[in-house]
Amino acid sequence: MENGMNLTLKVWRQQNAEAPGQMVEYKLGNVSPDMSFLEMMDVLNDELIRRGEDSIAFDHDCREGICGMCSMFINGEAHGPNRGVTTCQLHMRSFKDGDTIFIEPWRSAGFPVIKDLMVDRSAFDRIQQAGGFISVNTSGRTMDANAIPVPKSDADKAFDAATCIGCGACVASCPNGSAMLFVGAKVSQFALLPQGQPERKERVENMVKQMDAEGFGNCSNIGACEVQCPKSISIENIGRMNREYLAANLKP
Amino acid sequence: MELINKIPDGPLDQKWTKYKNTARLVNPANKRSIEVIVVGTGLAGSSAAASLAEMGYKVKALCFQDSPRRAHSIAAQGGINAAKNYMNDGDSTYRLFYDTIKGGDYRAREANVHRLAEVSANIIDQCVAQGVPFARDYGGLLDNRSFGGTQVSRTFYAKGQTGQQLLLGAYSAMSRQIGKGNIQLLNRHEMLDLVVVNGKARGIIARNLVTGAIERHSAHAVVLCTGGYGNVFFLSTNAMGSNVTAAWRAHKRGALMANPCFTQIHPTCIPVSGDHQSKLTLMSESLRNDGRIWVPKFKEDAEAIRAKRLKPTELTEDRRDYYLERRYPAFGNLVPRDVASRAAKERCDAGFGVNATGEAVYLDFASAFERYGKQQATVKGLHNATQEEIIALGKKVVEEKYGNLFQMYEQIVAENPYETPMMIYPAVHYTMGGLWVDYELMTTIPGCYAAGEANFSDHGANRLGASALMQGLADGYFVLPYTIGNYLADEIRTGKISTDTPEFEEAENRIKKQIEALTQNNGTTPVDHFHKKLGKIMWDYCGMARNEEGLKFAISEIQKIREDFYKNVRIPGAINGMNPELEKALRVADFLELGELMCKDALERNESCGGHFREEYQTEEGEAQRVDDVYNFVAAWEYSGNPSTPNLHKEALVYENIKVQSRSYK
Repeated sequence: MENGMNLTLKVWRQQNAEAPGQMVEYKLGNVSPDMSFLEMMDVLNDELIRRGEDSIAFDHDCREGICGMCSMFINGEAHGPNRGVTTCQLHMRSFKDGDTIFIEPWRSAGFPVIKDLMVDRSAFDRIQQAGGFISVNTSGRTMDANAIPVPKSDADKAFDAATCIGCGACVASCPNGSAMLFVGAKVSQFALLPQGQPERKERVENMVKQMDAEGFGNCSNIGACEVQCPKSISIENIGRMNREYLAANLKP
Repeated sequence: MELINKIPDGPLDQKWTKYKNTARLVNPANKRSIEVIVVGTGLAGSSAAASLAEMGYKVKALCFQDSPRRAHSIAAQGGINAAKNYMNDGDSTYRLFYDTIKGGDYRAREANVHRLAEVSANIIDQCVAQGVPFARDYGGLLDNRSFGGTQVSRTFYAKGQTGQQLLLGAYSAMSRQIGKGNIQLLNRHEMLDLVVVNGKARGIIARNLVTGAIERHSAHAVVLCTGGYGNVFFLSTNAMGSNVTAAWRAHKRGALMANPCFTQIHPTCIPVSGDHQSKLTLMSESLRNDGRIWVPKFKEDAEAIRAKRLKPTELTEDRRDYYLERRYPAFGNLVPRDVASRAAKERCDAGFGVNATGEAVYLDFASAFERYGKQQATVKGLHNATQEEIIALGKKVVEEKYGNLFQMYEQIVAENPYETPMMIYPAVHYTMGGLWVDYELMTTIPGCYAAGEANFSDHGANRLGASALMQGLADGYFVLPYTIGNYLADEIRTGKISTDTPEFEEAENRIKKQIEALTQNNGTTPVDHFHKKLGKIMWDYCGMARNEEGLKFAISEIQKIREDFYKNVRIPGAINGMNPELEKALRVADFLELGELMCKDALERNESCGGHFREEYQTEEGEAQRVDDVYNFVAAWEYSGNPSTPNLHKEALVYENIKVQSRSYK
């Protein structure tokens, strides 16, 4: 590609969790508009390695918007300027020749930086471990799958909540560093299904308790999470979680 | 070495029941002192880890990703097969078994495949109990769809995200056990060696990817659920991190690698756009239900399209070649994956390909727009609808069915597939080959198991759509939990296994030495350079079509790339910390050995079957020609100490319940 874009990239570099970090400027030429954002980063890393510098560490895996591993804060927005896509689905045609692009990691007390653009999101796993499940063991004798009909509208809503990819864009976008969209989506999925009823109270209590213990903030109805969510998870899931939490704590 | 597959005696449909009735058990008190390491947390790994922990074993689970939920099973789109016969269309365990054997072009084991079909229905029950939100009908019951040209509708699905929902179900079961302390999760950890003590698998060496520490982990059994090795081709639909390292290191410690050349090339993927391409994206097979595949009939039109002087929509019907419909009138656009892929390659090689690279064909929905549009016009009583109105109505129907895929396509290609036909080309998707396992899913190393895509056992030479999810969960939920006890029953007196032994030390030193060699070589070239070079050789000579001359050439080229790699690779950064380039280098080092074995296996198999197409073995019409009397066996390769001189062992395939025939889709 001879007529590609010339870009100025300002990238957060941080050796490890303890080290101080800083924005470092890189120039990159001949960027094809057909490249994905992460392929642009590959090209930059290739140049850095050939120059004898350390490559930029960033999380990525499936590169098709479903694994939830990629996590870049681009020009002040989680997953960049486009809606309903992850960083790996963002293409360079969304930028112009001569642009300066700021690339940072997720920033939140709950997500400490590991290196450069890579953060530790294991807090999300611990919230799941606290209650994000239905207590059913593997069994060759569970009841037949069609024994409990589930109204289609409930099943569809549960599915919509369950499409969360756990990337953490909601936390990164929230001024309070709240994880309530993530937790609300999981609470909602099970609250909407008959299988989730027996543990309904304990689930929401345990997950919220863990969420607080991890240092995530509270929701103050700003709504940035819903806007930046690459899967467009609805903020109504936060409302549902609040209702579930209140109901769980009311005296019978 | 004699390969003993441990298939139980007796009639096919009673083998698994008989096995379960006679397998040895481990009592609950003893289970608490037995440790199992599960490597990989995709469908097979997370379901196995959860199930074994529920049973009482002490489990350690490793994944290289930051969370177990990110394993690449998450990206599976279409669905999961199960012989439930909810649709009352004549499905049964036998039919699912039969379709799978036939789809695999008669290169899979009868007993394993029948067991898979038997447990398939349990998987759906289990997942629904976990709260997996499968698609449902208005009556609240589960919906099914047809898939991959089978004659029944047995595929359960959750929109285009079935893999995601199933994996999150298994992940939640696993999370529950982590919360209880029954599973110790080691995320951002990569297995780099298997430790064998007195002939038995006794643990692993792993690298903590955050700190760079080389760690020893011991266990009474090691279960490898580490997926397929499609990334040997560099470009594939696999995730960037998917790799063969754990399986390959086990292979080097004595586990045989079976049918490594059996690779599935999926026909409908978004074509390569340039040299910067890092991976390929699948467009679900379901699109072939409504899309028609074509290339220009005349070369001058193809050239004009490539030069952007002509648009595909300007070509009249008589100047188009719907080559699948022409060659396979009975199945048309719905031929199996291997057949569709080869036909696309044949047209592009002959000069009829359509995008700038000449490696793409059209998937056109124009006639579906018209067909659905007319239907809608009738339903709505619009008897005088104009052609434009009809097309607009039809587009709406297609959008409801495949809207998310059309959107995904537009996102990547920046062309609107409602206005101009999609461009697609085959891409590496799945590997049927893998570690050789017996009926118990044990490799040739006692105590080392392989499940899911990492093993070779169920799909023969070609996998059917919606069967990968089924196999991963079958192995993890319903096979391993029964078979592993049969081995561990002998381990109840073993006690805690020490990592302070010469075997662990030797393995650790081997890994440390390899890392030192890679990082202190004063090289100048990034890892990807070598990976891309290897991938190109594999794709050109061990891809959709193979021949003796090409394979021999590929083998010598791969040897050269391997040598060059160790001399000239440059890995920046420190080894005692997060270092993605080092991770890649360790994986590519193994791909560089595996690639050669794949070419050897393809060279050895002088026939065409399923995804393995040897140009020398085809019918007059260009179809795959099996040579059953010679090659009706599993090729299991033993590492000899030198990757260029592996030893071949054969396990004969015996068909007692199915008549071996040749597949025809004419």
